[in-house]
Amino acid sequence: MADTLSSLALPLGQNAGGGAENAPPPDIPAEAKKRQNINFGDLVFQGSTAFFAFLVFALVFLMAYEMFKGSSLSIEKFGWSFLAREIWDPVQEEYGALVFIFGTIVSSVLALIIALPLSIGVAVFLSELAPSWLEKPVSMLIELLAAIPSIVYGLWGVFVLVPWLRISVEPFLSKSLKFLPLFKGAPYGFGMLAAGIILSIMVLPIITSISRDVLKAIPTMQREAALALGATRWETTRIILSDARSGLLGATLLGLGRAVGETMAVTMVIGNRPEISASLFAPGYTMASVIANEFTEATSDMYISSLIEIALILFAVTVLLNAAARLIVWSVTKKFKNA
Amino acid sequence: MKHGYSKLHYWRKSKSAITTALCVLSALIAIIPLFLIFFYSLSQGIGALNLDFFTQMPKPVGESGGGMANAIVGTAILIGLGTLFGLPISLFTGIYLAEHKHGTFAAVVRFLTDVLSGIPSIVVGVVAYIIVVLPMKRFSALAGGVALGILMIPTATRTTEEMLLLVPQSIREAGLALGIARWKVTLRVILPTALRGITTGIILALARAAGETAPLLFTALGNRFWSTEIGQPIASLSVFIYDYAKAPFSDWNRQAWAAAFVLIFFITILNIIFRLVTRGRYAGNGH
Amino acid sequence: MKSLTIALLLLVASLVAGEAALAQMKLNGAGATFPYVIYSKWFDIYSKKSGVEFNYQSIGSGGGIKQVTEGTVDFGASDAFLTEAQMSAIKEKQGSDVVHIPTVMGAVVLSYNLPAAGKDLRLSPDVLAGIYLGQITNWNDSKIAAINPGKNLPDQAIIVAHRSDGSGTTNIFTDYLMKVSKLWALSVGKGTSVNWPVGLGGKGNEGVAGLIKQSEGAIGYVELAYAVQNNLPYALLQNKSGNFVQASFDAVSAAAASFADNMPSDFRLMITDAGGKDAYPISGFTWLLIYKDMKDKTKAQEITKFLKWAMTDGQAYAKDLYYAPLPGAVAKLCLQKIDTITIN
Repeated sequence: MADTLSSLALPLGQNAGGGAENAPPPDIPAEAKKRQNINFGDLVFQGSTAFFAFLVFALVFLMAYEMFKGSSLSIEKFGWSFLAREIWDPVQEEYGALVFIFGTIVSSVLALIIALPLSIGVAVFLSELAPSWLEKPVSMLIELLAAIPSIVYGLWGVFVLVPWLRISVEPFLSKSLKFLPLFKGAPYGFGMLAAGIILSIMVLPIITSISRDVLKAIPTMQREAALALGATRWETTRIILSDARSGLLGATLLGLGRAVGETMAVTMVIGNRPEISASLFAPGYTMASVIANEFTEATSDMYISSLIEIALILFAVTVLLNAAARLIVWSVTKKFKNA
Repeated sequence: MKHGYSKLHYWRKSKSAITTALCVLSALIAIIPLFLIFFYSLSQGIGALNLDFFTQMPKPVGESGGGMANAIVGTAILIGLGTLFGLPISLFTGIYLAEHKHGTFAAVVRFLTDVLSGIPSIVVGVVAYIIVVLPMKRFSALAGGVALGILMIPTATRTTEEMLLLVPQSIREAGLALGIARWKVTLRVILPTALRGITTGIILALARAAGETAPLLFTALGNRFWSTEIGQPIASLSVFIYDYAKAPFSDWNRQAWAAAFVLIFFITILNIIFRLVTRGRYAGNGH
Repeated sequence: MKSLTIALLLLVASLVAGEAALAQMKLNGAGATFPYVIYSKWFDIYSKKSGVEFNYQSIGSGGGIKQVTEGTVDFGASDAFLTEAQMSAIKEKQGSDVVHIPTVMGAVVLSYNLPAAGKDLRLSPDVLAGIYLGQITNWNDSKIAAINPGKNLPDQAIIVAHRSDGSGTTNIFTDYLMKVSKLWALSVGKGTSVNWPVGLGGKGNEGVAGLIKQSEGAIGYVELAYAVQNNLPYALLQNKSGNFVQASFDAVSAAAASFADNMPSDFRLMITDAGGKDAYPISGFTWLLIYKDMKDKTKAQEITKFLKWAMTDGQAYAKDLYYAPLPGAVAKLCLQKIDTITIN
């Protein structure tokens, strides 16, 4: 899911009001405390808000628990080897997540390879180069890209991207670069390449907006200092980029997290074939896609348990990626606040 | 060459110019897909975007014509249910987080809310299937609403918290100075001040939920008939797009584009409204 | 804000009240995409006639079987009949036996997207198995040319399409392949979901038909109605007697006729690789899966009423939609079977 500018800027927003509101309220002298009326309404209110906050807290653990319970059958049977088994055979009741993990990793990494240079370029454009009358509308347009639902991307992918790949791009690539195992195989159009391209479009807005925020958080003084020393614009930007290294890493991780969890757009263009292949033209399967395709019809308990286990793996991966990314972004912006 | 400028100087300058140009180019490339998608869904869907689309029911397989009236209502009901589940939790948690800027539990909850926002919607769908569909022994709009509600919580909570924090402390202090109880100050003074921003934030979360497909695949399932019951499967625009896009019938494909256009249009308008409403507030805080 | 809330509440209340006033009988079913074309027609007509709404979601036979087992639907549909294990699982979880009621018969055709070759491409069992095993990978392969003299077969990669979801159509297709190819029987087997050696996966009959339509050079197996409704050419298949047969409801009925003596009382019968000279080799029944002892007796009554209609008036719609109506004798047996469903 995309993050808005606001939710990621929160570490900044907290201090937007200035220093005075940051400090915890001063200690109330003991006497005054005794005189304070403990308002019943206050207790109820505090209690209810705390209760709902606790609900959110509990929700995450509830989800993990339910998925653990649901996948207990396959965890028992396959154990950790589930992650390394390449077979997915509902007829023989033999399941393993390796194919899907491979598919998820390849499509997401491909998406990052395409999106990252572009995102950094746009972020630099927005924070360093663009005049403010241009920056705001362009920022908004990029964020609108994030708001488009996955299913619409999928629709566009099926009717526009895949035919284009099948008719123009893949034949060209297989003729000119046919010595590379990456481009072997029949040009289906559907396949890993299509999935990677669609994911890159979906991931670009996230990485861009967070990177832009991180770059903006770096004090102008850095830039002024570099320029004063005679650096060119690019050299200054390079310095800023290296200052923002960890923030950009956080942005990348968040983008990766979104790519990993993306379902509909990928399912519609990846070809749905549980197989590991070195070629980008080959159809594949991701963790999210197999759940979407096969969940309603997993006829045996072991089948559905395996699918829930894949959902659990997805859950764990995205939680870890997001947690790591948030911590990094948060620490970077804190560092620059305090600098 | 100008007097005094070395070759290195020109090399550095041209490097800078090239990279600047590349950055501008990236920005252009990044925006292209947006316009492509908008343009395509409009041009492909315009043929099917007629009154029938909004008022008719779907026809049997293979017959052309018909519309998505039930899906439009279905999506509306689903996001309504999602709001019902997600709104109270988001609102109160947002208030809690805003009231406890420095608490440890608040920090944990804030962190978990962000983590929740990264969980794929399909995983949320699986959980909703386990906790609603299986016990109820039925696919239902209710299960879909629960899934969408969970998906709305992170966005709505964060927006609520931020909007509340934007209200100047002086207003709170004024209320407390007048002897009003803390909770009344929050509920009757701070909240209404921030209400406009909160509402638009919630509407933004709604817009996102309207586009969700994956979690609905095995909670709300789908319905070819008109249905507004929450205990029964229900149609939705997003699932219809999925079904119609895969199908070979070109009439269905066109209807899918029309539905896609309706969704994008709806979501974009809401996004623009959100930006307009909150821009003024941010500008005042030196972002 | 207040008026908005009131307006919303009124809207919700009116919707709920409206629903109650209509007091529509609604039943939910899910399953096979194979018969979806005729089921959607049947349910549309029947709802206009009787006011009872059957909401059918075509999620694949595998989905139908699963949801019937979990009890999340009132009835299911599948072109793969339940195994003993599946039936006892349902008995255990839902406390009721399941009755198979065949509704129509259909043909699984090999549809292809190869404009250069035109219509009436011919396929033999060996060639078909070879394509799906990944041994024959190009349209101009000599084996295909041998049975298609005079046809223009371009140098184009064959894009194989199959089902990505649990499918009764797959079950029928692989049942046939097992009978005609030893290699297939050994390495792949049959079922609603198999380990395909090659190919792209599409969801539902619609998904496969969509794949074929959108990809030049593609070949895939779909129910006849899907190929016809989308103007997709489909191949003539060589049957057991050696004739190249075009799929049609007559050819399917001929296939069923050659198995006429083997019809078991529970209607679970595969009719692939039939012996008759005009029989189409990849034919199959499709069944509705009905709980014998439904908890809700009103629903049971409505279902039996619909089933009786389907066995009589409903059969008239089959031919127009390229399905074969049930053989007369089978339809009679079905009516008797329907009476065994408990309605009170």
